Amino acid sequence: MSTLNRRNFMKVGGALAAALLSAGILTNTALAADTSTAKVMTTGLAVTDTTVKVGILHSATGTMAISETGSIQAEKLAIEQINAMGGILGRKIEVIQEDGASDWPTFAEKAKKLLASDKVAAVMGCWTSASRKAALPVFEKENGLLFYPTFYEGLEQSKNVFYTGQEATQQILAGLDWIAKEKKAKTFYLIGSDYIWPRTSMKIARKHIEQHLHGSVVGEEYIALGDTQFGSVINKIKLKKPDVIYAAVVGGSNVAWFKQLNAAGLNSTKQTMLTISVTEDEVLGIGGENLAGFYSAMKYFQSQTNPENLKFVEAFKKKWGEKSVIGDVTQAAYLGPWLYKAAVERAGSFDVDKVQAALPGYVFKDAPEGAVTVEKNHHLTTKLRIGQWGKDGQAKVVYTSAYIKPDPFPKGYQ
Amino acid sequence: MFGYSMADIGNIMVMQGFSGLSMFTVLLLMALGLAIIFGQMGVINMAHGEFMTIGAYTTVMLSKVATTYGFVNYYFVFAIILAFILAFALGYFIEFIMIRHLYKRPLDTLLATWGLSLVMQQSFRSTFGAKEVSAELPEWMLGSFKPTPDIDIPINGVFVMVLALFVTAGVYLFMYRSRWGLRVRATVQNRVMAGAVGINTQKVDRVTFALGCGIAGVAGAAFTTIASTGPTTGTLYIVDSFMVVVFGGAASLMGTIASAFGIAQAQSILQFFMTSSMGKVSTLLVIVGILMMKPEGLFASKLRK
Repeated sequence: MSTLNRRNFMKVGGALAAALLSAGILTNTALAADTSTAKVMTTGLAVTDTTVKVGILHSATGTMAISETGSIQAEKLAIEQINAMGGILGRKIEVIQEDGASDWPTFAEKAKKLLASDKVAAVMGCWTSASRKAALPVFEKENGLLFYPTFYEGLEQSKNVFYTGQEATQQILAGLDWIAKEKKAKTFYLIGSDYIWPRTSMKIARKHIEQHLHGSVVGEEYIALGDTQFGSVINKIKLKKPDVIYAAVVGGSNVAWFKQLNAAGLNSTKQTMLTISVTEDEVLGIGGENLAGFYSAMKYFQSQTNPENLKFVEAFKKKWGEKSVIGDVTQAAYLGPWLYKAAVERAGSFDVDKVQAALPGYVFKDAPEGAVTVEKNHHLTTKLRIGQWGKDGQAKVVYTSAYIKPDPFPKGYQ
Repeated sequence: MFGYSMADIGNIMVMQGFSGLSMFTVLLLMALGLAIIFGQMGVINMAHGEFMTIGAYTTVMLSKVATTYGFVNYYFVFAIILAFILAFALGYFIEFIMIRHLYKRPLDTLLATWGLSLVMQQSFRSTFGAKEVSAELPEWMLGSFKPTPDIDIPINGVFVMVLALFVTAGVYLFMYRSRWGLRVRATVQNRVMAGAVGINTQKVDRVTFALGCGIAGVAGAAFTTIASTGPTTGTLYIVDSFMVVVFGGAASLMGTIASAFGIAQAQSILQFFMTSSMGKVSTLLVIVGILMMKPEGLFASKLRK
């Protein structure tokens, strides 16, 4: 390469640079023509040439802050990453965060504020079903867009909501099938906190156990929210000796439940338990030693080793601290901003109606949990995983199901 | 009988008996501090649960220190003492800046202490974060004691029971066998007269309030063995605490003990034969019924009216 002396190099380099530059200008102008604000947004949303406003609506205070903090963190991380990649259609996301304060009417009020006065293009938010039900009429009336992260009881489908968590049948049926097959379980004891999600879930579980698994339910029990005394319930379980305890206990009760179960001698060497309410977040409070050996049915566990998840976990810890843990819902919340970005880009528009129409059918390949597909009913097709908890508070994935289509209104289970 | 063997039923009865006793001691610990404050001073302390939370966080923090320096096996004793001291100190301070100005306005103390509880909850949240945490329990406190292979007596239950026994005995000795207790009782019976014979009633009030808070701290420390700790943990306990105190009749140590025992046994037995939530509802209905007939509670206080 002796011909490439300094002078030649400069010439070639200069030409190359000029070519690149002009190409760049060309594509840039082409893009700008395509995505002028007037074209991509016709409904008065808070979209400018360089920014788009998106709302985050979770409880940062009150009882639910325990659970919702993880979702806020995941959504902020996703938005930061999207902005680092250049934003959505060349527009950086500006976050407007509101606090639902664990109070359901407040969720409706703040949703109204975000949609009607801030004109946000989309909202990532809500956690409990109660908060979603409270905010839903506002989203429908104002024609807003909500990305909802929590696994929930189903029986709902709104054109204004995308559900990035699992609905009940996705979480329940495959898990029960697995435990019935793997542990030869015939008798089940159902226990949950006393509100809509556990009650609906247990109704589905009972039908499935009785009609499809030909097993029997030897006890069904609901605990008042916040109750921390389980002595009598545990004794009942000891008397009935079920093959499997199927549990959906939440909040402060959850911790007391596992601690007392262990203290009463019912640990995983003696009793099989499958729960649908314990993620890595809850384990922090319960303590790994109280959970070791029990199973959870979730679509995501932090310990998954696929490259997408390793990357996600690393980024999450980098932003929120080495000690932070990622539960199922946190991961589902992380999907929200990414799905929104994909939907807008597919639609070529921020207009809510177009975004709604564009998202179904989209396959999000880079999701930490593994590829997911958005279905017409606004829920995701996902896999279900069974994780067995270890003392360190992480679960080992012992079973991964095939893809399960969402079915929010399951026939024969209502 | 119902397809269960006699041995099974025997075992369950033993364990059920224990779980009733265990619930009794938990309720007793919860209510003792409140009973002292409410009974002796007529102050309704809505922040009682938050003083428990202080004790709980003390234990959690100390357990972290203990795991680092390797004294996990016996840190709990220090945790209980430290929980008492911290809650006592804060109670002393709160009485000084807030409660003493409101003695003649009982409804205002209700509102003020409720506000205090909100402030404390938010401080916990800002200091320790919103997520629930658990204390690292010593090895010997986990698991169960087995007199026979089929009977499990939870060790943490036994621990709470022993602690409740000590605290109750301590409160009894303090109130009925010490000079301080004498002054407290004198002040309750007739504040003006007590002042006239040279008792510093202001100081008595302050110590009584602080003592009630300190005991709440001890209860909070003990409850880390059965539940977790979060900023709003106190709200889980406050309703039960009030129920025990009101049902027992304010101002009476015996009343508090009897009421805790009655409620715990009723709830424990009903929850065994009905579902958990129905058991709770039935217990509450019975309490409401009894209070309608006996508004003063089980043991009416002998206050000069």
